[in-house]
Amino acid sequence: MEVNEQIAIEHGLKSDEYKKICQLLKRTPNITELGIFSAMWNEHCSYKSSRLHLKKLPTKGKKVIQGPGENAGVIDIEDGDAIVFKIESHNHPSFIEPYQGAATGVGGIMRDVFTMGARPIANLNSIHFGSPQHKKTKNLLRGVVHGIGGYGNCMGVPTIAGQTSFDSSYNGNILVNAMTLGLVKKNKIFYSKAAGLNKPVIYVGSKTGRDGIHGASMASASFDEKIEEKKPTVQVGDPFTEKLLLEACLELMAGDSIIAIQDMGAAGLTSSSIEMASKGNLGIEIDLNKVPCRETKMTPYEIMLSESQERMLIVLENGKEETAKKIFDKWNLDFAVIGKTTNSKNIELFFNKEQVAKIPINILVENSPMYDRKWKKSKLPKKNKIKNEVLNKLKIRDVLKKVLSNQNICSKEWIWQQYDHTVMGDTIQKPGGDSGVVRVHGTNKAVAASVDSSAVYCWAHPLTGGKQIVAESWRNLISVGAIPIAITNCLNFGSPEKEENMGEFVECVQGIGEASKYLNFPVVSGNVSFYNQTKEVGIKPTPSIGGVGLIKDYTKMISMDLKEVDNLVLIIGKTEGHIDQSLFARIILDEKNGPPPEVNLFNEKNNGESILNLVDKGYVKSAHDISLGGLLVAISKMCIKGNKGIKFHKSKNLINEIEYFFAEDQGRYLIEVNKEDLKEVTKILNKNSIHHEELGIITQNDMIINEKTKVTIDELKSYYTNWLPTYMS
Amino acid sequence: MKVSAIITLKKDVLDPQGKVIQQALDGMGFENISEVRQGKYFEIDVNENDPSKAKAVVEDMCKKLLANLVIENFKIIETQ
Amino acid sequence: MKSSVITFPGSNCDRDMDVALKKFGFNNKMVWHDDNELPKSDLVVLPGGFSYGDYLRCGSMASKSRIMQSVINFAKSGGLVMGICNGFQILVETGLVPGVLLRNKYLEFICKNVFVKLDNKENVYFKNLNKDILEFHIAHNEGNYFCTKDQLKEIKDNNQIAIYYCDKEGKIEDQYNPNGSIKNIAGIFNKEKNVLGMMPHPERMIDQSLSGEDGSIFFKNLINNIK
Repeated sequence: MEVNEQIAIEHGLKSDEYKKICQLLKRTPNITELGIFSAMWNEHCSYKSSRLHLKKLPTKGKKVIQGPGENAGVIDIEDGDAIVFKIESHNHPSFIEPYQGAATGVGGIMRDVFTMGARPIANLNSIHFGSPQHKKTKNLLRGVVHGIGGYGNCMGVPTIAGQTSFDSSYNGNILVNAMTLGLVKKNKIFYSKAAGLNKPVIYVGSKTGRDGIHGASMASASFDEKIEEKKPTVQVGDPFTEKLLLEACLELMAGDSIIAIQDMGAAGLTSSSIEMASKGNLGIEIDLNKVPCRETKMTPYEIMLSESQERMLIVLENGKEETAKKIFDKWNLDFAVIGKTTNSKNIELFFNKEQVAKIPINILVENSPMYDRKWKKSKLPKKNKIKNEVLNKLKIRDVLKKVLSNQNICSKEWIWQQYDHTVMGDTIQKPGGDSGVVRVHGTNKAVAASVDSSAVYCWAHPLTGGKQIVAESWRNLISVGAIPIAITNCLNFGSPEKEENMGEFVECVQGIGEASKYLNFPVVSGNVSFYNQTKEVGIKPTPSIGGVGLIKDYTKMISMDLKEVDNLVLIIGKTEGHIDQSLFARIILDEKNGPPPEVNLFNEKNNGESILNLVDKGYVKSAHDISLGGLLVAISKMCIKGNKGIKFHKSKNLINEIEYFFAEDQGRYLIEVNKEDLKEVTKILNKNSIHHEELGIITQNDMIINEKTKVTIDELKSYYTNWLPTYMS
Repeated sequence: MKVSAIITLKKDVLDPQGKVIQQALDGMGFENISEVRQGKYFEIDVNENDPSKAKAVVEDMCKKLLANLVIENFKIIETQ
Repeated sequence: MKSSVITFPGSNCDRDMDVALKKFGFNNKMVWHDDNELPKSDLVVLPGGFSYGDYLRCGSMASKSRIMQSVINFAKSGGLVMGICNGFQILVETGLVPGVLLRNKYLEFICKNVFVKLDNKENVYFKNLNKDILEFHIAHNEGNYFCTKDQLKEIKDNNQIAIYYCDKEGKIEDQYNPNGSIKNIAGIFNKEKNVLGMMPHPERMIDQSLSGEDGSIFFKNLINNIK
């Protein structure tokens, strides 16, 4: 097949990109080479629109062992232990085939983690669907949840936390972001940098089929009516094979056979072989006839671009082939020596004894396009004036009922009960809390993780929104008593070719950078997903932040359930009454405009660190951060989980009661303390100049808000728990 | 009238179950197999006497529900 | 006391079971499915997980693995064999215990704490237990126990029902049945009561910081009964 510009464009390359390829090669590429270029130069692999901006993120820190650029980030959790973690999107495949799309997303991220030598110990996810009324939503939700469970449960890795939201901007483009944490010894981390000449290149795992050919290109193409035609590219996941692959890889990694290892994810054999060679500044030679194939008559083009799952590429030490083969035979997995490292600095492919591709690796990697896309700065919207008459007409109980049963607040137990969250026997905080927590097996330590996003805030003002999610991730870790260490981000946006969407991206990233720098909460891994849109309409900008923290003594972990009658609940941080962009404004006032709540990083840091100090001294009996829905939602959840009531003190605040209860001011927490400790707690808070007030005293049952408003715990439970199961039945 | 439908995975789609079943059979001594692929079988009793209409109804069911056309094919195999 | 936990391809609760058995004093060995011989054991455990990916029927292919022949011989000679979750599914496929495990009634994987009521303490597994109701944990997609009427009569006549799903007071009612099991059955014995299959995972309930501690009660009692 003769390659020309038209074919290049059908491969998703731009006209000038194609010209650049011909120029760099000093000839026209053949079809296999064009396929390789299209895979390496698309948005998903090359980060061509985002690279310039991602460079500005803080990625270093005392606890950072490996930042972005490897299969996943790595942080130090002391005693020679390290945590490997990353979040990744699988949005487009999940919209086309929700079960397989979500399942292979989970499988892919776990492979990224165990490629580095770490045993996965926890999965998390952030999933976003269209409006509940949209005809596709229910099936997509069911399919995605089954897919996540189907893969993670079979792997025997607990799914410990997650986030689910509904918004009509996802009607035609759902988001499925999966995150995995793995545990590894600091001196046994494996990287993808090849080294040494004539080292055998090994293929292990499943056979190569025609799955997902051009999946990576699909991930960078927006959805339109032609979506049906793209269907056959969806890959099928095989968690059983991945479980075997995990055990086999870890068994091989226990020895000293491996020089470099890389999983075959997006753009399969192409990107894995090129990345390993590129990092080692080497060339690589592959005999495609040796690649184990599932189908007959596969072409070099298909073999190079297949996205069949559950495969790995390994550069071995010479003479270790037999040792390695024995292990993969034991686990009934394919094993083949398919090539070797060279000093040519080219990728050279052979098929039926003929050379079918030869491309200098630096052209594919360093010379890949990078764009400084035009972007539009967004202004901070004007504040809305909310009339007191409007607020005064509202009854607290009615508002609470609506807010607590809203799809974006209500209990997601229907979802997480379908995920095995207790396998491995170390889950000490289940889903439904501020963070999931797993013990580091056989130690006194535990690792906390949460995943957050606030698309509404990011949409209203990307810079503030970006800061806010990092702050919220930080608070969720603090709330379980964990020291926040680092984050991973999954940046889901519309088209980078549109100035508004690109502006959202640039400013969200700026916000994320500012907050993570200030909070010393660096970004160690991540992924960018652009073109999340249907036709011309982009999704709300949805960066997801996965935060990881350490609890040095797991017996000091905090949970949100109220513990003891007669204890006091304190509000940490000041309630100013910021209603714009709150859930309350959206669903009660039907007001969609206005600025998101301001993020004061000094307060965030000060409040968070002081709470950790109180936790360390044993004063905090339960804690919960105040976020979406505001104060009353936060305390309701604490009552529901602890099956206890609370009697509010008479409020001394000057703002309207409704504003006080439903505002979404940032930097706030609720903590439960014993009366006897109050004096000491107050002293510490005052010393750090932290605004705090007493909300009330814990009782046996009923939430008594004021003389007129009493809500029983059973009522709270029914508001909170009924929506999702009813919707799904 | 009874109409049957067989749902199978499309040719190039990976069949993890089939693959493992084949390996297990091989391990039990059934060595002469090159591939196993599994599928689903439906028997549907349609209140319809015209065979072509009955088939059409089942075909519609396959398209809309029984088969996942992203990864599966279907075949209406018999009527009686 | 010596125990063996069999690891099948796809087992994923084998380590958890190893941790639990060792915690309560067993000298445990992990045994590979492709081995020929069981090591000398007082107890053999088939752990939970997704042996062979749960493909075809859960437990079907594991029941044909090489080691299972010696497990079956061990059971038939009176040895103690316990199958948990996927292990229960394997036991059913070998025919060591009667019945089958179907897909959960609501067609969804379910992971949560449940209460179970002991039916019969005249056996080595539950003898001397000072509780009749235990809080255990389930995590499965195919735990819906089913058998024919004749089989049901037979297992009742032989006191083969080990545990029922119930509420915390021990009431055995439909609303406490998480998966649609016939008669709320959560676990059964073979006729001789040396083989026990059950869906709940006692090994996930062995620590105050985990889901609860009723698993500890079970294991402590079990090792004392074997001694």
